[in-house]
Amino acid sequence: MLALSIRKMRGSFRLDAAITLQKPGVIALFGPSGCGKSTLIHCLTGLETPDEGRIELNGETFFDSQLGIDMPAERRGVGCVFQDSRLFPHFTVRGNLTFGAARTQRPAYIAFDDMVELLDLRALLERRPNRLSGGEKQRVAIGRALLSQPRLLLLDEPLASLDHARRGEVLPYLETLRDRLAIPIVYVSHQFDEVLRLATDLVLMRDGSILAQGELSELSLSPALRSMIGMDLVGAVVNAHLLGVDPDTDIARLSVGQGELKVAHKGLAAHGALRVQLLARDIIVATAQPAQLSVRNCLAGRISKIGSEQPGSDLISIDIGGETILARITAAATQDLQLHIGMRVWALIKSVSIQGHSFAAPAPPPRFIATE
Amino acid sequence: MFTLSAAETQAFALSLQVAGLSAACNLPLAIALSYALTRGRFPGRRMLDAVVHLPLVLPPVAVGYVLLVLFGNRGPIGHWLFSHFGIQLVFTRAGAALATAVMSLPLMVRAMRISLDNVDPGLEAAARTLGAGPLDRFLNITLPLMSPGILAGVVTAFAAGLGEFGAVITFVSNIPGETRTLPLALYTALQTPDGDAAAARLALLSIALGIGGLLLSEYLARSIGKWLGR
Repeated sequence: MLALSIRKMRGSFRLDAAITLQKPGVIALFGPSGCGKSTLIHCLTGLETPDEGRIELNGETFFDSQLGIDMPAERRGVGCVFQDSRLFPHFTVRGNLTFGAARTQRPAYIAFDDMVELLDLRALLERRPNRLSGGEKQRVAIGRALLSQPRLLLLDEPLASLDHARRGEVLPYLETLRDRLAIPIVYVSHQFDEVLRLATDLVLMRDGSILAQGELSELSLSPALRSMIGMDLVGAVVNAHLLGVDPDTDIARLSVGQGELKVAHKGLAAHGALRVQLLARDIIVATAQPAQLSVRNCLAGRISKIGSEQPGSDLISIDIGGETILARITAAATQDLQLHIGMRVWALIKSVSIQGHSFAAPAPPPRFIATE
Repeated sequence: MFTLSAAETQAFALSLQVAGLSAACNLPLAIALSYALTRGRFPGRRMLDAVVHLPLVLPPVAVGYVLLVLFGNRGPIGHWLFSHFGIQLVFTRAGAALATAVMSLPLMVRAMRISLDNVDPGLEAAARTLGAGPLDRFLNITLPLMSPGILAGVVTAFAAGLGEFGAVITFVSNIPGETRTLPLALYTALQTPDGDAAAARLALLSIALGIGGLLLSEYLARSIGKWLGR
């Protein structure tokens, strides 16, 4: 759907990036401030012009330096949500929402009422932006962008200016959109927890270039990500399926790889496919099947890789049957246990350390289809 | 004391006319100039800026003299206007309006630029991503958001225009009923023996006009601010 390959010099800063996205979903651009995320997305929207390269969406060329094509931003149909919301202060919420809708030539795939419903905007419609909270502003900005019936939705750190509580208020709406929109979403962030919660694909950026890109679960194992988020946040992201919930204890059983995890049901979606992050620092490696422990989760697997990331500590990759998880242990422990590749081990995980969220439920609600 | 003579009423009406005409003619020009000077990136921008603001620092008499040279019947522009359209500016109220317009243009442009500087270009960018073309963005986003400055500029320029003296008297002279505006009438009264009472009346009238204008602009600014959601 989206294919972008551009180069741009700005002063001594050089952006040289190529990304592709083949399916609807959320592609997260993740990297520290000043890594070129903003320049990249401005080039995508048409608010900035690359020095050279090519940008294409759904077969339509936005930019091609060789052919001399540079479609103006107002014709690209890239819906943008900015960090500072940028609502028009002299319009009501309704006026803001209909601004793009009134100007689009594209066939509508989201109706005004559906959008108002989806983002809970009914009570706000006649208000002016100066009477909205930060979270409400961002919801209106998202609605405004979507009602222009965009072919791609771009979210530029939409939660960065919000405090923790307000972020929690907006995130569920973004999750809903991810699961219901049939257009690609580009999500720019430097908060890894947001990425973890929303992204299906990940692009890691640093110093104007792309370090790695791929599916989130695949990249969660990559050294590039480790170098960006720090060892404490490193952890494999694995796909899980909800097997059932014990009504008495409210503990959910999840299948992961060949094994099974038990996690607190609270905070998990009622049904569907899940994605779970298992932090490497929270995983204990045992060489014999453990018994009589308080730890509830134990996954059997084989060591597929032993890497030394920091002096004194090793990162052990364990194949648990179709999925790989990471465990961080001391180098001394690796020595004492005589860990080696191919060795059968058991990974012990405290159930409390599992972060999960629903993702692409098995019977997804109908998606809004972008008619092209 | 506060019954104006016919001549004084005439000067008052003429002042309103001249100031109104000059402000009306300046309005589109000042909007275009303030936009070009704030957002434009073109060679000669600084030069244009300097030319627009020149009347602020020149003696008004010098401005009147330059106008006389350019727009006088034998001046390059004045001659062309007269031979092609039969328009004469010297010694006419249209000429008075021109002199007033040149003097008050920088005031109008300045007020608008301050306002335009406060319009977040990000809003225009947002409108762009929502499908608004250049004219659409200007009319629906930029212009409404800079309207406090437009209002302030018009009121300031109008008020200053009521009192423009040096450039007017130099360019179009002091002709009763044609170019004798309020300040010129006041000056004439001061030059006349027994003109004290008339001068006082005209001065009071000028003060009243000034206060009225300030109160009106204050009120309008508040209503516009409310409309803009500030």
